[in-house]
Amino acid sequence: MSLRVVVVHPDLLGTYGDGGNGVVLVQRARWRGIAAELLEATSDGPLPVGDLYCLGGGEDAAQAASAERLRADAVLARAAERGSPVLAVCAGYQILGRTFPAADGRPLAGVGLLDVSTAKGTGRRAVGEILAEPLCTDLPVLTGFENHGGLTARGPNVDPLARVESGVGNGDGTDGAVSGRVVGTYLHGPVLARNPALADLLLSWATGLSLEPLDDGEEAALRDERIAAVRARHAGRWLSCLGRTARTARYVSGRS
Amino acid sequence: MVATRVVNALSRRLAAGSGTVAGGHVGLAVDPRLLEHLAAGRRVALVSGTNGKTTTTRLLAVALEGSLGRIATNATGSNMPTGHVTALAGAPPGAPAVLEVDEGYLPGLVGALVPEVVVLLNLSRDQLDRTNEVRMLSNRWRRAFSGSPATAVVANADDPLVVWAALPAAKPTWVAAGLSWRRDAIGCPACAGRVEFSSAEKGGWACACGFARPRPDVVLDADEIVLADGRRHRLTLALPGRFNRANAVMAAAAAATMGVGWEESLRQIAAVGEVAGRFSVVEVGGCSARVMLAKNPAGWRELLDLVAPGERPVVVGINARVADGRDPSWLWDVPFERLCGRQVVATGERCRDLSVRLRYAEVAHRTVRDEVAAVRAAWMAHGGGTPGAADVDFIGNYTAFTDVMSRATERTRA
Ligand SMILES: [Zn+2]
Repeated sequence: MSLRVVVVHPDLLGTYGDGGNGVVLVQRARWRGIAAELLEATSDGPLPVGDLYCLGGGEDAAQAASAERLRADAVLARAAERGSPVLAVCAGYQILGRTFPAADGRPLAGVGLLDVSTAKGTGRRAVGEILAEPLCTDLPVLTGFENHGGLTARGPNVDPLARVESGVGNGDGTDGAVSGRVVGTYLHGPVLARNPALADLLLSWATGLSLEPLDDGEEAALRDERIAAVRARHAGRWLSCLGRTARTARYVSGRS
Repeated sequence: MVATRVVNALSRRLAAGSGTVAGGHVGLAVDPRLLEHLAAGRRVALVSGTNGKTTTTRLLAVALEGSLGRIATNATGSNMPTGHVTALAGAPPGAPAVLEVDEGYLPGLVGALVPEVVVLLNLSRDQLDRTNEVRMLSNRWRRAFSGSPATAVVANADDPLVVWAALPAAKPTWVAAGLSWRRDAIGCPACAGRVEFSSAEKGGWACACGFARPRPDVVLDADEIVLADGRRHRLTLALPGRFNRANAVMAAAAAATMGVGWEESLRQIAAVGEVAGRFSVVEVGGCSARVMLAKNPAGWRELLDLVAPGERPVVVGINARVADGRDPSWLWDVPFERLCGRQVVATGERCRDLSVRLRYAEVAHRTVRDEVAAVRAAWMAHGGGTPGAADVDFIGNYTAFTDVMSRATERTRA
């Protein structure tokens, strides 16, 4: 019996490379000798029964179409009830909530697996590298790239996934939401390629096994580089701010 | 009249002085309608689409040159209005113009210049960090053509988003030029339903709402071009790859609408061996490399098909500067699995992202950040090569490609 990893509606929620999360999960299972298969479940057919589900980001109209189908056949909701892990990214995260905005801002009904609601933000779209410290698991810092206009409010029945160190995330200083084995986040990258520990957490939930570590040299090098790049930019902003303050101080105090 | 002459002279001097788009900037600041003035009295053809713009522009210019003489064109791919001003100002008045146009600028230019013909190649995802949804672009194009009845459109009938844009055009020429990346074409632009592609290799597609592939006037069938009246033309190119055959048939179809015969334009096009450096063989790091440019999943798919059957080591270069798009997540939409069994070196500023992607594709590789050092490493690992031929295939995204070109020394023959 092999582990079935379902990528949900790659034709609708495949705009930002998040299909890579499915590839990462399947390969990390196989490299440990666990048989695994990748099921790319396009929106023209029924959603298959699987052991682990991934949803990605997409455009507004596609996001609404995907939510409508997921609400209609309820396969995903039943799978989550059985305890199958679900990873949902960006537009996928939004549609797992109670409501999410249509292109014109009107609220649409989500699948309701996460107690969150997303509304259109009023400011600029959040686009850029994001760094976030996990809150409810002992994972290392999460790194990714976010690209969204929505702001997500959490209800009482979910925990935030992480505290944002740099970036926007939900918009209130946190990113994502966790409820049982359903995980939502704004991180692309894909998030599991940049954070293999999160991939292994989902795999251990799906298989019930404690997994031996893999040699993640490439991932470690990528993580180090992205984390350092974000922190260096932060430090740069600090320094230039300090520099301005110092210059102003000198100017104010006259010749020094 | 006097005003136009003054502007012409001024912009020519500005453009000639720098040889770049800087002159164009100044000219447009002096007169925002400069482009209209410069284009007045010329026959104008525009080329747009996500992939193949630069190549198709060059091929169309070459196809016309034999019959129409000197052509005003932005050969270096500077495809925004400042680049267009520079191209027009640098050419004699009255010379026909063939301009590559950025997808977002096309509607404005169609309105301002009322071109004789517009070539629409394809529309697909590009630069994930910008929110230029392809369906929105298709609709903007469509509105432009509804308001431009004098413009002939040469459109790729195999791309639903291109067809949607070109349908209101007065005189569309439908060219079955192929479409290998269909992921962005599934959402129907007419009804938000689903476009179904038939499994037949002929490329038929339709939506339940009735929006369907129009009957093509020109069909690219492997190495042959088949016209609606049954005439056939053989297509021979110095440029490699299926996508360049598609670019060539689009260019020749546009030339035909401008009155240049198929035989004549195909003969001219056949000789083009490189376009703005792409597919040329250059000297880099002490060996010679065939250099290629791919910017998005659709483009990468085509180039991987091209290099996969070869034996040369492959160097893949990825940057994520503003011109490339800051988010390289699209690497996961590229079938790098096709490089399994090859000597591969990952390079560029985002070689770490690429390296992780290659690991999950199970492509053995080395990672060398500096592009020139990477080419050299690939060559050394391969044990040197035959002099004169390319030792290494280099594929880079936009700035990775231009970096290598700027560091390439002496060019050899393509
Ligand atoms: Zn339709």
